[in-house]
Amino acid sequence: MISITMQKRIQTFDLDINVQCVGGVVAVFGPSGSGKTTIANAIAGLVQPDHGNITIGNHVLFDSQNSVDVRPERRRIGYVFQDDRLFPHLSVRRNLTYGKRYGSPRNTKSQFDKVVDILGLNKLLDRPPTTLSGGEKQRVSIGRALLSSPQLLLMDEPLSNLDQARRIEILSFIEQLRDTFSIPILYVSHSVEEIVRIADQVVAISNGRLLAQGTVDTVMNKHELGSILGPFDIGVVMEAQVSMHDEQFHLTRLSVPAGKLDVARINLPIGQGLRVRIRARDVILAQTKPERISTLNVLKGSVIEVTDSDGPQVDVLVDVGSPLWARVTTRSAKTLELRPGTEVYALIKAVAIDRGVLQDTPN
Amino acid sequence: MLTDIEIEAVRLSLRVGFWSTLVSMPIAILTAWILSRLRFPGRGLLDAIVHVPLVIPPVAVGYLLLVLLGRNGLIGKLLYEDFNLTVVFTWEGAAIASAVMAFPLVVRSIRLSLETVDRGLETAARTLGSSPARVFFSITLPLIAPGIVTGALLGFARSIGEFGATITFVSNISGETRTIPLALYTAVQMPGGDTNALRLLIISVAIALIALFASDILTRRFTQHKPENT
Repeated sequence: MISITMQKRIQTFDLDINVQCVGGVVAVFGPSGSGKTTIANAIAGLVQPDHGNITIGNHVLFDSQNSVDVRPERRRIGYVFQDDRLFPHLSVRRNLTYGKRYGSPRNTKSQFDKVVDILGLNKLLDRPPTTLSGGEKQRVSIGRALLSSPQLLLMDEPLSNLDQARRIEILSFIEQLRDTFSIPILYVSHSVEEIVRIADQVVAISNGRLLAQGTVDTVMNKHELGSILGPFDIGVVMEAQVSMHDEQFHLTRLSVPAGKLDVARINLPIGQGLRVRIRARDVILAQTKPERISTLNVLKGSVIEVTDSDGPQVDVLVDVGSPLWARVTTRSAKTLELRPGTEVYALIKAVAIDRGVLQDTPN
Repeated sequence: MLTDIEIEAVRLSLRVGFWSTLVSMPIAILTAWILSRLRFPGRGLLDAIVHVPLVIPPVAVGYLLLVLLGRNGLIGKLLYEDFNLTVVFTWEGAAIASAVMAFPLVVRSIRLSLETVDRGLETAARTLGSSPARVFFSITLPLIAPGIVTGALLGFARSIGEFGATITFVSNISGETRTIPLALYTAVQMPGGDTNALRLLIISVAIALIALFASDILTRRFTQHKPENT
């Protein structure tokens, strides 16, 4: 349980949030300059809130009313920074063990071997960090934070300085850590793909204010998130499971709460769970069931809500067994007489399913 | 090859240079750290005080030292009466004068190097459980090692060359405070001392060059960041 209530004014920027979240991977999601890093720094003790209270489990780290402000070195927060921040004068091994001295007794040699093993650092141990590649550096940095026996792993956009291939690689390392070490992770990011892939919960912030918090699908499905995502990326996240592969046509069938979705063949075993994202602009609405069309996925549902808009387009929330946003022109909304309760068919292009999420999942 | 007088002057200079550098280094590192890392009222004043010896005549520094540390000086009086210690007219006094004169150069050199240290590394070390003191010794100090070496050699070279403050504070006593520059001055003052003066000149140039080469080699070695293996 992580509880953060804080106010902080930095020049003209004003941060005022109140966040309660339970373990697992909690993503702090927001655009640049929304205050994400300030929150991370406040948790680590590198920034002092003007007022507030920061508690992890039953450890009070900061409490302005009772003048509690635990020093950074006593907070046991494993902080993985945007830049790797490896100590250039120490070998990879010495970097990894730097925080060990103050760790708990369970931080034994086997722990070290396990971390080195999972992160694939065996061959790098005796090298100076200056000779490592970007991805290697970030892996060492994650290992170093993990080996300081933290009560929380704090990751501030750990992938932002890496190329796409390295991102996917590090992301799967983080997934393995999440599953192996059962340590709560606070993951700060502005990337929808990363969050949809690894988060259990999302805290969305914008301009120093909390926009939404909750599970990934409830938060990501909110229309207000358009202010972070940009209007073109409004959409929904669905929990899916691989149900079968169609080898002849290179397709994979996913079962989602709304029924079935056929997508381009993905290399995952049957039964594997994953999340898919469907953007509003990739959904077409029809009043009657369309026949002989190229779109593979047609879901039947009823309109829940039509957003108000002065512009040429409106977003329509449809219940197809789970929520689905569709973007249609204002004129079409009028012609189709879309209002809450209207029965519609939602056409989803197979390719519209967020590739970034599906790409290169392990196995 | 060298005359007794020259050997004496060289030994005295090296001794003065060595001790003035050794004693002033920790203070210089601390001062540089305070100036580059802490923000407090009076920081500008401290910065100015550190730089005073660089901008006022060396003779004035020597006189100031005399006023402070002389037997009737503000601090000197206490030292003399309570501990029977005096630094006036001694080689220790010469070392103090050299150290004060070299201090701004040493602090500047270390401070420049401190400013180039990525503060992010220090914060990272804090989050990994290190107290500010451990951060300083395990991260900051090794990273500024090149600056410290350069500073020390610069300070050493400056000490060896010190003249004005030394002659004012501890006078020109053969065998006690007559370092190479003072010996050179004495030779110039004496009729027919040209040869002696020239020899001393060559000696000072040689020492200065050796110090510069040493600085270069050490700096290069330290900047390679050879990781220590466990």
